[in-house]
Amino acid sequence: MRYLPHSDHERAEMLGVIGATDIDALFSAVPKSALKTFDLGLPAHSPEFLVEAHMKALAAKNHAGADGPFFVGAGAYRHHVPATVDHLIQRSEWLTAYTPYQPEISQGTLQMLFEFQTQVAKLTGMDVANASLYDGSTGTAEAVLMARRLTRRNKVVLSGGLHPHYRDVVRAYLKDDADLECLSASPEGQGDILDHIDEQTAAIVVQTPDFYGHLRNIKTAADAAHAKGALLIVVITEVVSLGLLEAPGALGADIVVAEGQSIGNALNFGGPYLGLMATRKEFIRQMPGRLCGETVDAEGQRGFVLTLSTREQHIRREKATSNICTNSGLCALAFSIHMGLLGEAGFTRLARLNHANACKLADALAAVNGVEVLNSTFFNEMTIRTSLPAAALIERLAQRGILAGVPVSRLEPTDASIANLIVLAATELTTDADIAALCAALSEELK
Amino acid sequence: MSMNNQGRPTGTGSIGSGFTSTSGSALLPNEPLLFEIGDTEHSGVDLPDVEISTSRLGGFERKMPLDLAGLTEPEAMRHYVRLSRLNHSIDSGMYPLGSCTMKHNPRLNEKMARLPGFSDIHPLQPVSTVQGALEMMNQLSHWLMTLTNTAAVALTPKAGAHGELLGMMAIKAAQDAAGQSHRRIVLVPESAHGTNPATAAFLGYSVKPIPARDDGTVDVQAVKNALSPDVAAIMLTNPNTCGLFEPQVIEIAEAVHAAGAFFYCDGANFNAIMGVVRPGDLGIDAMHINLHKTFSTPHGGGGPGAGPVVLSAALAPFAPVPFVRKGSNGLDLVEHAEGGALGRITAFQGQMGMYVRALTYMLSHGGDGLAQAAQDAVLNANYIKARLQHVFSVPFGDYPTMHEALFDDSFLAGTGVTTLDFAKALIDEGFHPMTMYFPLVVHGAMLIEPTESESKQTLDHFCDVMEELALDAKAGNKERFTSAPLKAPRRRLDETRAARSPILKWERPDEALKAAE
Repeated sequence: MRYLPHSDHERAEMLGVIGATDIDALFSAVPKSALKTFDLGLPAHSPEFLVEAHMKALAAKNHAGADGPFFVGAGAYRHHVPATVDHLIQRSEWLTAYTPYQPEISQGTLQMLFEFQTQVAKLTGMDVANASLYDGSTGTAEAVLMARRLTRRNKVVLSGGLHPHYRDVVRAYLKDDADLECLSASPEGQGDILDHIDEQTAAIVVQTPDFYGHLRNIKTAADAAHAKGALLIVVITEVVSLGLLEAPGALGADIVVAEGQSIGNALNFGGPYLGLMATRKEFIRQMPGRLCGETVDAEGQRGFVLTLSTREQHIRREKATSNICTNSGLCALAFSIHMGLLGEAGFTRLARLNHANACKLADALAAVNGVEVLNSTFFNEMTIRTSLPAAALIERLAQRGILAGVPVSRLEPTDASIANLIVLAATELTTDADIAALCAALSEELK
Repeated sequence: MSMNNQGRPTGTGSIGSGFTSTSGSALLPNEPLLFEIGDTEHSGVDLPDVEISTSRLGGFERKMPLDLAGLTEPEAMRHYVRLSRLNHSIDSGMYPLGSCTMKHNPRLNEKMARLPGFSDIHPLQPVSTVQGALEMMNQLSHWLMTLTNTAAVALTPKAGAHGELLGMMAIKAAQDAAGQSHRRIVLVPESAHGTNPATAAFLGYSVKPIPARDDGTVDVQAVKNALSPDVAAIMLTNPNTCGLFEPQVIEIAEAVHAAGAFFYCDGANFNAIMGVVRPGDLGIDAMHINLHKTFSTPHGGGGPGAGPVVLSAALAPFAPVPFVRKGSNGLDLVEHAEGGALGRITAFQGQMGMYVRALTYMLSHGGDGLAQAAQDAVLNANYIKARLQHVFSVPFGDYPTMHEALFDDSFLAGTGVTTLDFAKALIDEGFHPMTMYFPLVVHGAMLIEPTESESKQTLDHFCDVMEELALDAKAGNKERFTSAPLKAPRRRLDETRAARSPILKWERPDEALKAAE
């Protein structure tokens, strides 16, 4: 077996040094009834070329993004990742390193995390950011819990524009919690979360651009929350939007959570992704997840360490701010390299390109009979109402080789009023020909 | 524009105090921060600069400057290659970190995860267009359920602690469904990973510690004494964090079940027994499996992980969505909770990229190879223990160890050398330190997990070095240890300073000055 270095001769020699008669002697603590009493019935080891053929056959059964016009977004976005990013993250020293608990021999990872935290703080306009969480959805649940600790209040209100999966994750994390108020879906950008804030409110959670693509007024939400002593949690699923939209930190956000997948990371059918979390300086000690900080070594040289770990489970055990241990280190690296390559100039151009393509898409869709665009504002994503039910329509378009977006009913199956809604996104990869193909197919289907 | 001491522009910033150009090796130059090299004008990505005639941004345009430094492609390549070389990694040397299972990460896994049919598919595109992905998830599930002899598996948890959370959520949902919501206590042995008590507390349980026996294992009688009608579950790691198989695990499971509680098994150490012992045969109800430990997906400098949870028949109905089910037209993805199920614990389908890597690894090894890997991991740990026990102190020497060798610090008594000092000296010999001061039940613990990936030659070299260090410590050469490491890119770092006045991001020197005032 190619991954196992020992020969049988060496195994026997080692058993001799141990003083064991055979390998089973080392498993003597295992009850006899449980040790090798079964036949797994699993296939035997296999040469590399056969494993590769097996996996390729599975992959070939999927319709990849590059196989045709593609407009699927709704929380994960198909962007171009420079070749440099994927090359670098596969270097042994990044890929096969452990969590940097031994800072003397982990300065690469630690400096990268320090740079990553700086990038996220600048993007969001916040004082501090952590070294990443699992993804945007679990990050949102963590932010809600953090807000409760900070305010010592319980009521949390989720906007009707929050990604339904994110809402569901918060619900699961706060199971049976009467203090969680989830406002009903607001595909037209309607609904006023501000009416739901009171003196018991720990936080309101507002996504912008929201799930349906509308841009929400963060400043008024922040002012209303703060007037009642509540916090504003801003959620962003498309981080590229921050290249054109005002930083939430400049508008009064208290905690910002974002899905960072769009920068540096492939779609991967849903993971691994990375959660970004940033907050105000005074809230650091209630922030979950790892933090990297600057210090000096014994010779006075600048260096970096994981810090403020007294918040974390390996020190605080049941009193920790979260049970989180692992972050998304390699995804954060991919994000940081891609963002480092873009820089302000490239990131702004990328955002403009996304918005420009989305404007073209919206204008083209508005001209299709049987299609109504619901957005007056958007960044790169919008919602349309079609004259036929969306789920079946999307399926027929997929059979034509066009992945035309997400039927809202897939995420909100109990709400009949949204059966005809589709969320679509454009990115820098969207071409005029893609838009023309989509609109032509929609015209035929909705005839 | 000013130039730094590598002759490159310093961009928006200038290099902070304490910066010197070498780390002690000509091949390992110190590297300035991204923000000290790049500036807001440079970019390594060519994109057209488009005009937007009528923006739909509704007046929410950005006014706060982004101030993000950019690098051209050659600059970025050099920056990240130089930084990478300041890291230890599995590929460059042994990583004997107990409880972390730092095994070889096959590159075939990486190649397969990057097939466009896996990497370039969207979690919300029609299920008819991702049948191969669902089939892949089904195959992975089959392997995990077969290796553990369990009824169901929930793939979605993003890492081990997330899997623990899900497993305990499922237990809570099952207790609630049975009208047992008054059960508010979770038993956790003192030797447990910190994530266990943190997870139980996260769900509002109170944690009742179970002391370890003198031999490092859990006493079934202590469990029985702690069980009551208010206990919801026990969280037990097996093999445990002392590297020992819990000999009474079946009796413990029976007692827990008899008391109406569930058995959550922390599967962090599954690498010791995969293919050799099936946890389902021991009576577990839920167990997470760290794909990044046992099934070779890369640790990536601290993640991403993946923590699928296998479930017994009693807990299977409480699995979260989404999951794959056979439908009339191929495979379906069930995305909405039915009955008492606990809903969704993450957006989308979990760590798909890690599923691909783990299944690739399983197919490469086969059932026979996985069992051999577990046996080699156990052989290697026992070999280290056998070779070193005459110099080191072994707290629980009566049993064979599983995949980890545990030593305490009594062999260092009177030397003035601490476990930490000893571990840092190992860095100067080219090894990553072992896990230190964990498990907490052993004084000055040193927990060594070689994994199956290390050759006998490497193990012998490691043992020679360990032995030489131990003898040197005993001989009174304290300075070698207390000053270590001397040959790493950095000497010991001042962690107190980092925590006392945290600097968590780069600021322009003038801003930093202002902030300090």
